[in-house]
Amino acid sequence: MERVGPAAGMTTKTDYEMVVGLEVHCQLATRTKLFCACGTDGFGETANTRVCPVCTGQPGTLPVLNKRAVELAFQAALALDCRLAEESVFARKNYFYPDLPKAYQISQYERPFSTDGGLDVALKDGRVKRVRIHRVHLEEDAGKLLHEIGSKRLDYSLVDFNRGGAPLIEIVSEPDLRSSEEAYAYLTALKEVLQHAGCSRCDMEKGEMRCDANVSLRARGRGELGTRAELKNLNSFKGVKDALEYEFRRQAALLDSGRRVVQETRLWDAQRQETRSMRSKEEAHDYRYFPDPDLAPLRAAPEWVAALKASLPELPAAKRQRFQSQHALSAYDASVLASDRELAEYFERALSGLPGGAKTLANLVINELLGKLNAEKMTAGRCPVPAESLGELARLVQAGTLSSKGAKDVLARMWESGKPAAVLVAELGVSQVSDDAQLRDWIEQALRAQPQAAADLKSGKERAIGSLVGVVMKLSKGKANPARVNVLIKEAVSR
Amino acid sequence: MAISEEDVRKIAKLARLDLSEDEVRLYGGQLLKIIESMAELESLDASSVPPTASVLGLANVLREDEPRPFDDGDALLANAPEREGPYYKVPKVLE
Ligand SMILES: [Zn+2]
Repeated sequence: MERVGPAAGMTTKTDYEMVVGLEVHCQLATRTKLFCACGTDGFGETANTRVCPVCTGQPGTLPVLNKRAVELAFQAALALDCRLAEESVFARKNYFYPDLPKAYQISQYERPFSTDGGLDVALKDGRVKRVRIHRVHLEEDAGKLLHEIGSKRLDYSLVDFNRGGAPLIEIVSEPDLRSSEEAYAYLTALKEVLQHAGCSRCDMEKGEMRCDANVSLRARGRGELGTRAELKNLNSFKGVKDALEYEFRRQAALLDSGRRVVQETRLWDAQRQETRSMRSKEEAHDYRYFPDPDLAPLRAAPEWVAALKASLPELPAAKRQRFQSQHALSAYDASVLASDRELAEYFERALSGLPGGAKTLANLVINELLGKLNAEKMTAGRCPVPAESLGELARLVQAGTLSSKGAKDVLARMWESGKPAAVLVAELGVSQVSDDAQLRDWIEQALRAQPQAAADLKSGKERAIGSLVGVVMKLSKGKANPARVNVLIKEAVSR
Repeated sequence: MAISEEDVRKIAKLARLDLSEDEVRLYGGQLLKIIESMAELESLDASSVPPTASVLGLANVLREDEPRPFDDGDALLANAPEREGPYYKVPKVLE
């Protein structure tokens, strides 16, 4: 039997199912590194300007744990429904690599600070899937290696330790994901939660969120897991999706032809759109973890955890629910607005002086403002249009003073000038006439000018209303509120 | 208790040590002595002692998240065998 796989044109003999677990590293939003007082603001700065004896592994130095990093890590785990361990231990992961000056990375191994969580992920088909989180642990980042300057390949490598020692959490999911779309949706949900909670900025371009994937195939419906490959170098959500789809095709072709999948690490090459085996040496995986004697255990005192839990902000899932119930927004509108904390706060600020105007405001934000923000790669917190001004604009639309087309023009000018809505409406002359007396006056004229259309409409030919509205628009120089005009014309002919 | 020459070579490789055949035998003997000394601990009854990763009795040794820039980064770079501009220079590593 031939079956169609996840990629166009892909047919396999067996109906395979993808089994995916993700390991995501996120940089915690601290000011300083995990074990020293160097700043974490070294991205894009001159190399090795955020370094000290501790994070460059000079002999005789001692690491001291960053309290804020621990708090953010605990909050991330709480936001992911994890259980916090009463006591956790830092361990040394030993390996040689030039980006690791101590020849070990301080991480957590046998006793991570949290385990057994879960994240609700909204899928495209409307289902919500619970993806279990195996564990979350704390560790320090490595430095950055450069292999080229500009387009010039070097025959040596350069090392920058600005991000070496930055605080990371590694979030390990259970192998609960069954498709590249589910993996994409999980990463999206994870990013939303961590950003909302303020734990990480998750800026992928700055390497603040990185992902590895474990993927294997099995005949659909079978219980046991197949041999898995570990995919690295997945630099974007799209990279994760593409790499998983490529890997599905590669493994399916192997299995279909009776060959085996080898357990190995494979690098994703985004340019060639393929994964390649890393020539990994056997001992690369012999990390010889042991408890770091330089660091005391970490204890999660119940009062401390309770205070951190209490100070967590509202998370996206709860916010979506509330936006639907409190503001009567559709599930779609609520999910767009609640996906980003700054956007949600902007929306609610704009809404504060606008009772009952949530839908009008949501339309303005989602259809007009969001496009402009995305085009300028700007967050809602940096939006040049103050929330209050957008609220005022929505009020004018709601009152019928402004058409949605007029609102779009006014918004464009607001973006540039920052002037208040009412001023721009006057300047642009885009205000709508919604005054019934004035509208009825024009309608009377239209009915006299088009007696046939008036008669047709009266006899039930709905389409005849178009030419009457047309006359009113012409008389009003396009400023009549068309929705109101429609209502009033029907009223007039039914009398 | 025994430690094979293969074990010694593996440990040496993990530690990036290049040992001669004589050294493999020499260090193998020394390693065995260390392991035998540690094995003496096994004669103690530790069944009532909980496993621990630290003997100091400390927990939560923390510092505030206040940046304190180190002002002699150049001295750190000066320790490196090779540098290029603000970078540490190392033999080519392929990813
Ligand atoms: Zn440092």
